[in-house]
Amino acid sequence: MEIAVKINGEQHRHDVEPRTLLVHYIRDTVGLTGTNIGCDTSSCGACTIHLNGESVKSCTMFAVQADGEELLTIEGLAASVNATDGQMHPMQEAFRSCHALQCGYCTPGMVMASVSLLEENPNPNEQEVRQGLEGNLCRCTGYHNIVKAVLECAQGGAK
Amino acid sequence: MIPAAFDYVRADSAEAAIAALAEHGDEAKLLAGGHSLIPLMRFRLARPEVLVDVGRVDDLKYIRDGGDHLAIGALTRHMDVETSELVQAEAPLLAAATSHVGDPQVRHRGTIGGSVAHGDSASDIPSVLIATGATLVAQGPSGVREIAVDDFFEGFLETALAAEEILTEIRVPKVGGAGWSFQKFNRRAQDWAIVGVSVQVLNGSVGIGLVNMDTKPIRASAAEAALVGGSSAADAAEVAPDSCEPTGDLNASPDFRRHLAKVLTRRALEEAGVS
Repeated sequence: MEIAVKINGEQHRHDVEPRTLLVHYIRDTVGLTGTNIGCDTSSCGACTIHLNGESVKSCTMFAVQADGEELLTIEGLAASVNATDGQMHPMQEAFRSCHALQCGYCTPGMVMASVSLLEENPNPNEQEVRQGLEGNLCRCTGYHNIVKAVLECAQGGAK
Repeated sequence: MIPAAFDYVRADSAEAAIAALAEHGDEAKLLAGGHSLIPLMRFRLARPEVLVDVGRVDDLKYIRDGGDHLAIGALTRHMDVETSELVQAEAPLLAAATSHVGDPQVRHRGTIGGSVAHGDSASDIPSVLIATGATLVAQGPSGVREIAVDDFFEGFLETALAAEEILTEIRVPKVGGAGWSFQKFNRRAQDWAIVGVSVQVLNGSVGIGLVNMDTKPIRASAAEAALVGGSSAADAAEVAPDSCEPTGDLNASPDFRRHLAKVLTRRALEEAGVS
């Protein structure tokens, strides 16, 4: 089935098998490999992207369900806030300054989930950040600095 | 993991979905938000030959004040139920339990109707529908019918919905400021409940729905009857698991589930103000 999807502001058209998961479409067909696959059980959140501005797990959608919709992946995040060349999104900057990553595998999903969280709750407290990120697992267990980064970003403290 | 191949049909109305189901019969499954079905398909525990996608049937996405109840369209997403001021004010147990479904990403896609029609004993929402005494509305080739929640869940992932019927609306009684509680025991934040309990104080009675205490969502009938008979909350909670046949898995043995049902029912009754 042919689908038309806008990803990071760019229109894509492809013929896909209905059983193609959205994450496989994004990685293998479109070639955007920043979105990771972690668990295959809808648990880990490594594949989190934005669908029409909201966080979703791209391993738990078929590509055909995204037909006609607008997606944002980690590759397009900085440009989505008009960051100039080489500049990062404030959330990415906060993750950098707080050292909110160890191995980095969960990071793209964590960042996308965190941006969506602040869209819905611009001034969360620590408990709300922890609950808001319950769908993202960090197997380095580096949650402390991740939560710190989201709070710093919310307070506009990212340098 | 990649699901088995299937034919994809996109329905743009409830009627189109019913026609597609009538055409394909048992080989077809409805796809709403997909957060119950797609995980099963990835493990090939489900291999439908045809998927009828109702995700774009916008007519079934609504939350309306129906007088003595809230009428919620089956395709309303968990996130929209959870954040609805109407639901928070008139059916606070539903809003609270919904905020415990999966995680934010799951609630951005998963729908109340999809969750309920899946009929999973481990889901949170069916226990709310049991506790509040909800009514489910189904539409099929021969028209619309209402199904009381006590007649809806029939067995392991089985409901009263016929093969060519779709769930269109969930009617949850308005309870205003009456006491309620939702208790969920699990080991990790986003997990399914190992056991859960919904309690809703109603006019002259108390409704108690249990999560993961049988092969299907189940009412704690013995505990409800004990309360009607004048038992204390603590005594009623002791009989909460009576008539339940909980399964054992790597999280809990049947006996541990019975223990949890007693403890959580007592806590829920106390939080709901039932003494």
